[in-house]
Amino acid sequence: MPKVSFREAIRDALLEEMERDESIFILGEDVIAHGGPYAVTRGIYEKFPHRIRQTPISEAAIVGTAVGAALCGVRPVAEIMYVDFVTCAMDEVVNQMAKIRYMFGGQTDVPVVLRLPSGSARLIAAQHSQALEAWFVHVPGLQVVVPSTPYDAKGLMKTALRGRDPVIYIEYKRLYSQEGEVPEGDYTIPFGQADIKREGRDVTIVATGPMVGKALEAAEILAQEGIEVEVVDPRTLVPLDKETIFASVHKTNRVIVTDEEAKRAGTSAEIAALIAEECFDALDAPVKRVAAANVPMPFSPELEKLVVPKAEHLVAAVRELLG
Amino acid sequence: MAIATLSAEKLLAMYTCMWRIRLFEEEAEYQSSQGKVLGALHTYIGEEAVAVGVCSHLQPTDYITSTHRGHGHCIAKGADLKRMMAELFGRLTGYCKGKGGSMHIADFSIGMLGANGIVAGGFGLATGAGLAAQLRGSGQVAVCFFGDGAANRGPFHENINLAAVWRLPVVYVCENNQYAQWTPQSEVTLVTDIANMAPAYGIPGVQVDGMDVLAVYEAAGEAIARARRGEGPTLLECKTYRFHGHNFGDPQLYRTREEIAEWMEKRDPIKRLAAYLRAQGLLSDAQDEAIQQQVREEIEAAVRFAEESPYPPPDELYKDVYSYVVT
Ligand SMILES: Cc1ncc(C[n+]2csc(CCOP(=O)(O)OP(=O)(O)O)c2C)c(N)n1
Ligand SMILES: [Mg+2]
Repeated sequence: MPKVSFREAIRDALLEEMERDESIFILGEDVIAHGGPYAVTRGIYEKFPHRIRQTPISEAAIVGTAVGAALCGVRPVAEIMYVDFVTCAMDEVVNQMAKIRYMFGGQTDVPVVLRLPSGSARLIAAQHSQALEAWFVHVPGLQVVVPSTPYDAKGLMKTALRGRDPVIYIEYKRLYSQEGEVPEGDYTIPFGQADIKREGRDVTIVATGPMVGKALEAAEILAQEGIEVEVVDPRTLVPLDKETIFASVHKTNRVIVTDEEAKRAGTSAEIAALIAEECFDALDAPVKRVAAANVPMPFSPELEKLVVPKAEHLVAAVRELLG
Repeated sequence: MAIATLSAEKLLAMYTCMWRIRLFEEEAEYQSSQGKVLGALHTYIGEEAVAVGVCSHLQPTDYITSTHRGHGHCIAKGADLKRMMAELFGRLTGYCKGKGGSMHIADFSIGMLGANGIVAGGFGLATGAGLAAQLRGSGQVAVCFFGDGAANRGPFHENINLAAVWRLPVVYVCENNQYAQWTPQSEVTLVTDIANMAPAYGIPGVQVDGMDVLAVYEAAGEAIARARRGEGPTLLECKTYRFHGHNFGDPQLYRTREEIAEWMEKRDPIKRLAAYLRAQGLLSDAQDEAIQQQVREEIEAAVRFAEESPYPPPDELYKDVYSYVVT
């Protein structure tokens, strides 16, 4: 299978779906000039000059316009340069996009895909490094997608572009250049279907985004000691594939939940609570969470490196769980 | 505030300050290329006349809010180069103990309320600073520096309207450098003269050549005096140009080399002030060289200070999230 970068996988999904569905329309800041801050949409203008527009620095208008157009037959893909700036459009996301279908008794579809580059990268400090999945997970009406590989990124984007509900599509910046195998031709990955990235019998690690790669690294290290870690990647946080997660917990009886969000009330808290509620009898030890420090991202490399968990933290957590 | 009233001393201080900004940032770019200055670096080179022309009217008790392109505002407000450079290096001795970096330098002791990573993030802060000054009746003013791109965000409208109707002592200074990141202003804004938006809020709008520090000084003087008199805000637009990329490393595919060269060669605000000072007999070659040399030494000292400073220790990580002080 050809190797494709995470960035190209998203771009390919957009291009192929634009070919398939002429209602898809892209908007965002600098999406033509540079392909957005991470060059994801670079080259799309050349193929579809009338279906991509760059906007003023007007996040509220970007999301608001996307939602309005979605109510009227367009399928917008809106990019906010950094997830941090979605704060400037939270009314449009939370009060409009998320609620319109329900509030109006199901009269309308709201097919918006909101692309949000996320996470720490290149020391850009507190206002450019956040991971905010939990905010969106908390709001009924939003679907939340967090791909960890190019394969998943493409398949999940295609599903997003064929659905009828708003999708928060989280792109971890540090993954953009990562390469992975992506088959040629059309495929989709349904929402609500977790992927077991590695099988194991001793401990389950439920991981999302860049933490998936770190969980696999940890699993590799622990395998040398005969400890078999199972890595479960939910891929979509809403809807969440509880069955796959629970089945893994029933198999291993020990579980760690990890993501790059600040730990307090992060998505890991929700998944840990679900496991505690519904798999209590299967657990040989309390659920463990490995997530980011509860601080705004500091700039200095000597502090930043302490914030986001690494593979070694997962290794330590597994050892602790096994006592 | 007419230019004629400016003393030779003041003019030379302004000239020196412009060099301080220029050379500080050239050094920051060099240190970035060496991997010493980390993270994003947005330079103000070419726009020095705006910060210097405006801040030359301000007292340390006055307030400013800044942008992602904040070094010039900081320096013009009187910040210490050593602590600035140390912040860019991510060191404990930096203004923010290394927690902020280039995009988040602040010095609250001189009323510099922070550079800001959020475009238009300064509008509310400056308006609030103006409110605080008004409530105290202190005669302080607040200056909000912002870009042409920031004028397209909601906070521009909401805050200018609020400051207008409350007659707050705020001056909104648009640094119109004609680009927002990689996009020319004309592609995203039909009214490219931001000053023309002022009548919609019932306040004066003034446009000046932002490459001419004396023109900026004069216009800012009137706006600031008006604010101090309690007559409310002004929207001051300075037409300017950034000589370097949006950030250090930007290949600048969105504009031509000719365009950049044209501005750098013909409209450099430092050269322009130098020519004026020479014509007035206020600056000799020797003095000019001495000024630049002195600034170079300040900057070398700042780099040494940064290099010799420690990184923040791990226990800094959880400090400053809250104060937990209740009085
Ligand atoms: C709310 C928000 N949107 C987008 C960005 C990304 N961004 C940083 S600087 C910039 C351009 C700003 O243009 P302008 O206001 O004209 O300032 P200039 O860079 O020209 O000084 C953009 C889009 C941001 N930091 N914050
Ligand atoms: Mg600009």
